[in-house]
Amino acid sequence: MINSINKILLLGSGALKIGEAGEFDYSGSQAIKALKEEGKYVVLVNPNIATVQTDSDLADKIYLLPVNPYFVEQIIKKERPEAIMLGFGGQTALNCGLELNKLGVLKKYNVTVLGTQVDSINKTEDRELFVKELNKIKVRTPKSTAVATVKAGVKAAEEIGYPVILRAGFTLGGLGSGFANNKKEITKALQEAFSYSPQVLIEEDLRGWKEIEYEVVRDSADNCITVCNMENFDPLGVHTGESIVIAPSQTLSNAEYHQLRDISIKAIRHFKIQGECNIQFALNPKSVTDSGEFDYRVIEVNARLSRSSALASKVTGYPLAYIAAKLALGHKLTELKNSITKKTYSCFEPALDYVALKIPRWDLQKFPRVDEVIGSKMKSVGEVMAIGRSFPEVLQKAIRMLQVGKFGLVLNKSKTQTIKEDIITPTPRRLFAISRALRDGYSVDDVHKMSQIDRWFLYQIGEVDDFRKLKIDVSSLTKEFMLEAKKLGFSDKQIGVMAGVDEDEIRNKRKELGVLPVFKQIDTLAAEYPAETNYLYSTYHGEYSDIEETPVRDEKKIMILGSGPYKIGSSVEFDWCCVTTAKYLRKLGYKVIMVNYNPETVSTDYDICDKLYFEELSLERVLDIYEYEKPLGIIISMGGQIPNNLALKLHDNNVWILGTSPHSIDKCEDRNKFSSILDRLEIDQPLWQELANLNQAKKFANRISYPVLIRPSYVLSGSAMKVCHDDKSLEEYIKEHAAISKDFPVVISKFEEGAKEIEIDGVGQRGELIMYAISEHVENAGVHSGDATLAIPPQKLYFETVHQIKRITKAIVNELKITGPFNIQFLAKENKVKVIECNLRASRSFPFISKATNYNFIEYAVRSILGHDIKGDYKTLDLDHIVVKAPQFSFSRLSGADPILGVEMSSTGEVACFGESMEEAFLKSLLSTGFKLPKENILLTLGDLEDKIEFLDSAKKLNEMGYRIFATTNTHHLLKEHGIRSKHVFKINEKRSPNILHMLENKKFDLVINTQSMKHPHKAERDGYIMRRKAIDYNIPLINNMKIAVLFVNSIYKFKPDQLEIKSMDEYY
Amino acid sequence: MEQKQKVYLRLANGKTFAGYSFGKYGKTDGEVVFATGMTGYPESLTDPSYSGQILVFTYPLIGNYGVPAFAKDDTAKSVQDGFESGRIQVRGVIISNYSFDYSHFDAATSLGKWLEDNNIPGIYGIDTRELTKVLRTTGVMLGRITTDAVDGAMDIIDPNETNLAGEVGVKEPVIYTPKKKSTKKILLVDCGVKNNIIRNFLKRGAEVIRVPYDHDPSSSQFEFDGIFVSNGPGDPKMCKSTVENLRKSFDLGVPIFGICLGSQILGLSAGADTYKLKFGHRSQNQPCIEIGGHCYITSQNHGYAVDTKTLPAEWSEWFINNNDGTNEGVKHNTKPFFAVQFHPESSPGPNDTGWLFDMFIDSI
Repeated sequence: MINSINKILLLGSGALKIGEAGEFDYSGSQAIKALKEEGKYVVLVNPNIATVQTDSDLADKIYLLPVNPYFVEQIIKKERPEAIMLGFGGQTALNCGLELNKLGVLKKYNVTVLGTQVDSINKTEDRELFVKELNKIKVRTPKSTAVATVKAGVKAAEEIGYPVILRAGFTLGGLGSGFANNKKEITKALQEAFSYSPQVLIEEDLRGWKEIEYEVVRDSADNCITVCNMENFDPLGVHTGESIVIAPSQTLSNAEYHQLRDISIKAIRHFKIQGECNIQFALNPKSVTDSGEFDYRVIEVNARLSRSSALASKVTGYPLAYIAAKLALGHKLTELKNSITKKTYSCFEPALDYVALKIPRWDLQKFPRVDEVIGSKMKSVGEVMAIGRSFPEVLQKAIRMLQVGKFGLVLNKSKTQTIKEDIITPTPRRLFAISRALRDGYSVDDVHKMSQIDRWFLYQIGEVDDFRKLKIDVSSLTKEFMLEAKKLGFSDKQIGVMAGVDEDEIRNKRKELGVLPVFKQIDTLAAEYPAETNYLYSTYHGEYSDIEETPVRDEKKIMILGSGPYKIGSSVEFDWCCVTTAKYLRKLGYKVIMVNYNPETVSTDYDICDKLYFEELSLERVLDIYEYEKPLGIIISMGGQIPNNLALKLHDNNVWILGTSPHSIDKCEDRNKFSSILDRLEIDQPLWQELANLNQAKKFANRISYPVLIRPSYVLSGSAMKVCHDDKSLEEYIKEHAAISKDFPVVISKFEEGAKEIEIDGVGQRGELIMYAISEHVENAGVHSGDATLAIPPQKLYFETVHQIKRITKAIVNELKITGPFNIQFLAKENKVKVIECNLRASRSFPFISKATNYNFIEYAVRSILGHDIKGDYKTLDLDHIVVKAPQFSFSRLSGADPILGVEMSSTGEVACFGESMEEAFLKSLLSTGFKLPKENILLTLGDLEDKIEFLDSAKKLNEMGYRIFATTNTHHLLKEHGIRSKHVFKINEKRSPNILHMLENKKFDLVINTQSMKHPHKAERDGYIMRRKAIDYNIPLINNMKIAVLFVNSIYKFKPDQLEIKSMDEYY
Repeated sequence: MEQKQKVYLRLANGKTFAGYSFGKYGKTDGEVVFATGMTGYPESLTDPSYSGQILVFTYPLIGNYGVPAFAKDDTAKSVQDGFESGRIQVRGVIISNYSFDYSHFDAATSLGKWLEDNNIPGIYGIDTRELTKVLRTTGVMLGRITTDAVDGAMDIIDPNETNLAGEVGVKEPVIYTPKKKSTKKILLVDCGVKNNIIRNFLKRGAEVIRVPYDHDPSSSQFEFDGIFVSNGPGDPKMCKSTVENLRKSFDLGVPIFGICLGSQILGLSAGADTYKLKFGHRSQNQPCIEIGGHCYITSQNHGYAVDTKTLPAEWSEWFINNNDGTNEGVKHNTKPFFAVQFHPESSPGPNDTGWLFDMFIDSI
């Protein structure tokens, strides 16, 4: 049957969002590779343009369109695939598939579901069915009741007994889930949960139990294996995506491990999973039941590739997604080769001779007002994984990998203030609070009581803290001490802090003592069989490396530094740049070494390079690897800011940085140096100055006139950048959030209002501009470029502006002797162009402009770096189509966060769609972010008179299209004056009805258009915040920018959804 | 930093690894083998099949969950939970990281203390991956844990040349009665049986008559309905009397089941040959395909195997290793005689093949 299938539709996961990140680029890419090996024709739907899977060398047809039932049906109608795969695009793809099945679309077009069948998926997704099925085979689940109303929910909670857990069905990453201790809390939580899901589960509270997961694989012949088990450091109560996770489990005895494994296999057989799935357990840490079994509950089963499965793949080297795709085609585990040993087969369970630790990366400080507590909802935006051979080693590595300014678990600059609170209530600070507590004399039992974290983990943390207390000086450092420190994961920098010297001195001393890391292979079989691949990590728990040191410089070997964790501002696009670089270098005959440690990426697949070092992107470790491998040089311009920041330091350590000189990078990164270059080149820039006290700051702000943009060099709390409109807000901001002194100056610059923002991405070679692409922001300046909606080619630029941008770009490229990728951001107002930023590296828009123009800018950049002659005529301004990139926000996950656009980035991902017009491309993009088009009622609350006037024309169109507009007093009157119908509603603080608050809570609006006042930012701030937040909490679409609002109305005015063209990417070229 | 005592592992090929002492500070000789399982050190260390061996754990963190309450028992009368026999069977333990502090509700002591109380030396701080690679390439070899880097000639007696199975098994018969008694009685020929095999029979209501390795079923004083030949250490060819006795028992007309060493012995009794594997299978992740059936993940601990090519015509290969094609089980074509090379009783390891006990009990 499977052999007869040729054309297969694969659903991707769309934009990166909290709960669904880059791991699905990994799983989708692996699946496509597996299918192409079998000669299948693959059609991919995924609007995430920055992914590797949407590269034209993978799938046969790529649709950058929304992954929703409407669009996928249209694609099915056009492509007529014989089969569909639902398990590789996260919850988005799974939900879309279930919906298509329910609507009868799959049946209508005779599309077979490959892998786990819809019936099985339903049984794992519908909580009530799930529990019922597991009861049938006597597998325990938490005591629970599924409810569909608030009243029933309250009753159920009272029956089970408080505290209880709420879980919403059919959502990703625990959205709409939470805890409740009493009637009042549960009522509020239920109201919120029902806005996401028709069904909510009330469960017994198992907080404090161990949380354990297994990744299970089953084939069509019913062979069933568990590839990996993992243990959460944080006991139940913290979502597994929010937990520190270690693989394999550390505190389970053989009997516990295998009891849970047995249940995993039993459950997965019962559900008839074909392919891969994940099963989560709660395990009672204290006792066995009367029957001698360990007391457990099955928490959930994800019948698809998941974040955990991506992690498990990287932990073990077992390519879960690739295998799952093969199994979906009907292959058996016993006939698929183990891709690491290339001798043994895939029907086995990897034996690890190392440990791997994951820590989530949070960016909560980017979100004003956000609730910092981590619990049953996901809030993290990325994760890192460290591999080593002891818990302290991987823990300290992983903490550094987070790139949050920590040197490791200990010896950091910032000190934990509120130890007890931070241990009791989980926040991103918990780990550090535990370490501090143990150092300050709390016992392991004390900390265990407060946190419920297993004592074993606490003892291990205590070892690091004990060592940290030692008093040392550099002259008396022994080999034994150094080795001990390294085994406990201390970096040279940390040892330097202990000894009062700098990192370099420790490095030299360490090398002198002969204390060097060894590099070991991940081979899935704990050295039982030789490995044929080079998936490597470093450790100090060993004397020998598995690979040999390169004796002399290898001119055909190039090292690439990856992008580190996904976080706000650095996401899958940099992984695309790195992967593209690796693939292209190999095509050119180079051996490629990749260094990265983000388990959610394609760059950490061991088959995209010759050697993968799953390692820290720190000066210390990069030098270790460089000195061992002796490559021609390192490419640091593809992985975003982390490698970029290492450029000069590496250069100073005699590393050859390929591409633009590190001194040029430094000139660009240093505000003073760059500014003086611009002055010398007579290029305009916003006025700015560095200031060391509040009075000077105010004086300067007044001189250049408000509004001003302030950037502190040391942030106490909240976000780093802020626009201030008057002395009062400047003073308030500095007092509350930032330090100001000689040591910590603030930078104040003129904030240009009403200016357009334009970006140029390009490739230079020895100071000559070779190629470039210009894209234009839809929003005015003031919205972070990562949150902006971008269009290419630009639609609204004057010829003169483009001319100036080119002239300036050429001058900068020449001055900095750029070789390789770069990005410059401009402000344009009335034909005056100012430079606001320049990066001598690939920017986040490189995949976007590469796919939009069909010139792979990264490949050209690589050739430029290698010195190839790439001069040519590249047409990027005159395209026959328009591509619009739209941001994806995850505010619904970040309770309390204010959903506004500002100078700090807050989006977590992006999508981009092609179209024949701006409006078409924009509308497709917006829909791709999950935006629901309004049916009837639209609430307008517009800040300034200018906004109200700007929107008049659009309001007229809304009237014309039959929408009902709701507006507060002033807007209502203005609309009335202009003959536009609207219904008057009262502001929240007016406390009269019909009141906005009440209507939001009853979901009366289909869309909220809200803009903040720029003139009076303090006025009605609270009202605005509550309104925006309610819109998010009740899942009501929100537009919060005037330019977007106008473009949106124009778009729906011009296009009904069925008028949007269903065209694949290649059809536009 | 703790007070560390340096100790060494000397291998027969001349290579030395240095580490630190845990458990008993002292000297021990044995055959150095590696096991790749990630859990179950109390079970492994008390597994009689490891008798005579110095065990290397490839998993780097050992001791995390301590050791449950243990009472040394050379009579084999008790079948203690969490352990596979009444004493520690290995001669030494080699690991990378020792967890000085442990945590588990069921733990009574630390691994180090337990080893010390039982006079077993251990080394931690060894590059166990490198050591494993050495054993993989050179094959398992004799070695010595010693407190001196150079301590004279490596005059180590190869435990495989002694009758290990005879040494570790019971000397006198022991009878175990199940809680829920059935009518079935199993004669268990003990070449170093693991407790969990006994537990598996008892769980299924069978009475177990545990007899020494050289007990002859055909002239036994006991009544029984089936014969079980257990796992155990060393070379099956050293168990000459067991092989002979079993061959005689073919005519008794009762079902025969063997595990691990028992499988090799049954193979020898049937007339097949056995050979030594280069470095054996000592892991919990070995895929075994039942010919014409499923693939199972199995727990294994053996250094010898039946040579399938030498099986007589009336016998067949039953299971085969998916990775290296070695024999994992044999059975008679018509009579209820069968055996598996892997450990269906697991402990440590996966329980996927527990159904084999049902099959044996049902065949009685």
